[in-house]
Amino acid sequence: MELIFDGLKKAVEMILTGDREILEITWLTLRVCFMAILISSIIGLPLGMFLGLTRFKGRKLILVFINIGMGLPPVVAGLWISMLLWRSGPLGHLQLLYSPTAIVMAQVLVSLPIVTGLTSSAFQQINDKMLLQIKALGATKIQTIALLLKQTKIAIVAAIMAGFGRVIAEVGAAQMVGGNIQGDTRILTTSIVMEVSKGNFDVALAISFILLTVALLITAALTLLQQRKRVS
Amino acid sequence: MLKNRFFAMLFVFMLLILSACGNTKSDQANAKEEKSEPTELILATTTSTQDTGLLDELLPIFEKENNVKVKTIAVGTGQALEMGTKGEADVLLVHAPKSEEELVTSGDAVNRKRVMYNDFILVGPKDNPAGVSGEDINAAFQKITEVKANFVTRGDDSGTHKKELAIWTAAGIQPTGDTYISTGQGMGASLQIANEKDGYILTDRATWLAQEKNLTNLQIVVEGGKDLMNIYHVMQVNPEKHDMVNSKDAEKFVDFMVSSETQDVIESFGKEDYGQSLFFKYTE
Repeated sequence: MELIFDGLKKAVEMILTGDREILEITWLTLRVCFMAILISSIIGLPLGMFLGLTRFKGRKLILVFINIGMGLPPVVAGLWISMLLWRSGPLGHLQLLYSPTAIVMAQVLVSLPIVTGLTSSAFQQINDKMLLQIKALGATKIQTIALLLKQTKIAIVAAIMAGFGRVIAEVGAAQMVGGNIQGDTRILTTSIVMEVSKGNFDVALAISFILLTVALLITAALTLLQQRKRVS
Repeated sequence: MLKNRFFAMLFVFMLLILSACGNTKSDQANAKEEKSEPTELILATTTSTQDTGLLDELLPIFEKENNVKVKTIAVGTGQALEMGTKGEADVLLVHAPKSEEELVTSGDAVNRKRVMYNDFILVGPKDNPAGVSGEDINAAFQKITEVKANFVTRGDDSGTHKKELAIWTAAGIQPTGDTYISTGQGMGASLQIANEKDGYILTDRATWLAQEKNLTNLQIVVEGGKDLMNIYHVMQVNPEKHDMVNSKDAEKFVDFMVSSETQDVIESFGKEDYGQSLFFKYTE
């Protein structure tokens, strides 16, 4: 109990005194997570929409793979990305291993299936009759899509939130491809692991509170966005 | 047709954002280049040098002097050596002399130099169920096996793990069974597990001193034997065998580690916090 209290105190202290290192780590965490979720959304939302609205041969097989991907263990993603980025690997000449970009790649790999899968299930639930009616009223394709987006807004934000939850909680892959390098690829989750192995439980706890606060603020913002004008 | 156009638009939008991201990055790079961008050096090392804080002390000095950004990958010695043979790192700082020699023989590593030493110690539960003490580590391992006390091993192919296995071999014992707990984790985490499970564990003294305050159930039981010396070497990954190795800065790093100024920093490191040196100078 005392330890938790100490951790909280330390967290407040770190934030109030503007501990430069912890601010940098938090900022990097945010940048990496936002970048990852942005890329996942840009690819995953249209892809999910497409898979949800159309019917073609092989579609079910793709959905199976996406659903497997939703449970892809982060360390597996980390291992694959590492092998891809090794100096001796196929993308080795880019020298991306142990850089924030590598972390983004691993996080996209784990969050893209979640965003895609949840979006596609939202679009699959759209009633065929509604589609028919929209068509009957003479909407163009773009108008149709806009209408459908409005209909599924809640589910889409939920998909993004789920993906975001995945990336901000990520530690195994980030450690493997990022290497937890001070001032470069050290993010909140990997520094918690490191501080624990150093035996600095109070610092680890403090960082955990900072991580939770960050996650809470962002999820709250997204929830507000999702629930806006819900009543009307 | 129209639907295709929508996706085409989305695709263009996506590319735009991606290229925008790319631009900001290259802008940053350009801005850095004006101050001559630091070169990158990948240092693969053991967890003990990072967990004790030694590298936090040394690397800023090196980085400033040479305009190099050192990327420290703190893994077990086994993985660090493997990164060397694969050419994934530029320079190694490790503590498993026998395995290191294999790398030099195979031509994966060059310019290997002795840097520093400290010693391994055996720590165990305060009530010491095996009743071990003194300097003789082989006898201690035998006694622990006889009374079936818990023994925690890192089991991660690290320098400490390699040392422990060598001692088991020297004592003529094949450790097995429920009392031999393999953690597969770094020194710090393994010490904490030993603390919880009332186990004996072989550790380097530096990590022990750095963590002692958390390890209330443990104490040092065997120390000081001459076969418990823990020697660290620094070496370059052979640029002739592996492409893309930054050998210029790697060589500078080796020279830096054995320079007398650095050696003084190493020896005085930790005196303030622990009342004794965590590492001692030991160049050839």
